[in-house]
Amino acid sequence: MEGLEKLGRWGLASIEGLGRSALFLVYTLIGLLQMPFKIRPVLRQIQVIGSGSFLVIFFTGAFVGMVLGLQGYYTLSKYGSSSALGAAVALSLIRELGPVLTALMVIGRTGSAMCAELGIMRISEQIDALDCMAINPYRFLVVPKLLAGLVSIPLLTAVFNLVGIFGGYMVGVVLLHGNAGAYMASMRASVTAVDLKMCFVKSVCFAFLLVWICAEHGFWVNRRPWGFGAEGVSRATTSAVVASSVAVLVADYVITSFML
Amino acid sequence: MAAADFCIQLKGIHKSFGTQEVLKGVDLDIERGATTVICGESGQGKSVLLKHILGLIRPDRGEVLVEGRDISRLRGAALKQVRTRFGVLFQGVALFDSMTVFDNIALPLRERSRLPESAVAAKVGRALEMMDLTGSGDKFPAQLSGGMKKRVGLARALQLEPDILLFDEPTTGLDPVKSHDVYRLFFATQKKLGYTSIIVSHDIPKIFNLADHIAILHDGRVRACQSPAELQRSRDPFVRNFITRVMGTAHDSQRECVNQA
Ligand SMILES: Nc1ncnc2c1ncn2[C@@H]1O[C@H](COP(=O)(O)OP(=O)(O)OP(=O)(O)O)[C@@H](O)[C@H]1O
Ligand SMILES: [Mg+2]
Repeated sequence: MEGLEKLGRWGLASIEGLGRSALFLVYTLIGLLQMPFKIRPVLRQIQVIGSGSFLVIFFTGAFVGMVLGLQGYYTLSKYGSSSALGAAVALSLIRELGPVLTALMVIGRTGSAMCAELGIMRISEQIDALDCMAINPYRFLVVPKLLAGLVSIPLLTAVFNLVGIFGGYMVGVVLLHGNAGAYMASMRASVTAVDLKMCFVKSVCFAFLLVWICAEHGFWVNRRPWGFGAEGVSRATTSAVVASSVAVLVADYVITSFML
Repeated sequence: MAAADFCIQLKGIHKSFGTQEVLKGVDLDIERGATTVICGESGQGKSVLLKHILGLIRPDRGEVLVEGRDISRLRGAALKQVRTRFGVLFQGVALFDSMTVFDNIALPLRERSRLPESAVAAKVGRALEMMDLTGSGDKFPAQLSGGMKKRVGLARALQLEPDILLFDEPTTGLDPVKSHDVYRLFFATQKKLGYTSIIVSHDIPKIFNLADHIAILHDGRVRACQSPAELQRSRDPFVRNFITRVMGTAHDSQRECVNQA
């Protein structure tokens, strides 16, 4: 009996959470359309998300590309097709690893910070203060983050891919003495506009999802069962990182299955 | 008195948090252009009451009429429109902690008025001077003392010339001279602008000179809402008890100081 009650309460809480998230998104989109549009806060957030994550993305991109080069070289040369290394590295990066790993790195670095920032503003009544000043907190706090994410995450993904392809080249060609011309040629022959489109669609969707989920967890931290205070914020942050990472991976599968 | 004289009316407000019943049917009328002080012991629900007027908390039962419209039923643009008239100071001040003092005070001007930046700077400069904060404009809230935060909050609340002021303990944490200054400032600006103000305060003897009405919140209800003179003459045993207790503590602690000297 008690178990049933628990299940029911959990079910209700989940439904309420979904509704709250949907409303959060609606209010954010309404805030997005409100005039006048202010560019400065967006630029500031681009600086936080974009240039702040650049180095991390650069290094993860480089090492992922290098590992792909290494693994790809040994696997492919077993079948005597090490000339296709360029294609293998570029396609795995552009279609899957670039968008997904960029999104995961940004979640860890910026999504968690976004959630904590909004959560602290909520528990110290700063969001209520905005409400009382008749300043729309969605427009003021969330919209710049969303726009900045939509601009900078696709760009970071491009950086990740570029650096990764170069990393694969360094290992496959320079270190293991593969054929430089074949690396480039196979890449050029196999990467199509469809792959690039998939990469772009994915990175935009992931940006949207991760800002939405992380910001919502912080914004409504007081509506969560763990309640108020520093612990509430820390738990919301953990849960935001987990939820948005899972959402990114699920979305990755869905988008791939639709676009292949 | 005609109903039009009241700009805010609370009717039978009930509010519980979980099993704790905080407000048990609060009725309170706030007269336009006057100063109403809400007092009561700590934890009686004064801050909760204020948040009902702001529309931040919705009552379980009862209605909160601001200019005749129930704020607990308003949403979106209509709610925003009512709130443009409020100037608010929270008990915890709620300054934006990642902005400087200057930006905090400038925020309502930048977001809600179309003043050019030079005019904003001039206005904020005047406000800083008035609140005796000159030179602190570049500091962050975490670098201020408690009393300074209160003054920044006051300056921020007054920026857009609101016509309803809601201040939760504006002078707690200020030294007697500063709190006197704050009250004098209220008085002067209220004469000039004629705003309605609702102040939660524990400064019992001091606010007797300032308030037009004093509402005593006790056990989830407003037990008395009268002018200070009426209150002091009141025969209601609860009110008498409250007054003598409050006055008495001031008196006793004075005597203790004398005895120790
Ligand atoms: N969000 C909330 N959730 C649960 N209980 C709350 C909440 N806000 C206030 N309370 C409870 O309501 C009661 C009244 O709180 P309130 O802050 O209004 O007191 P107060 O009269 O302003 O006291 P003080 O003079 O100390 O500021 C307290 O017992 C408090 O525990
Ligand atoms: Mg209080």
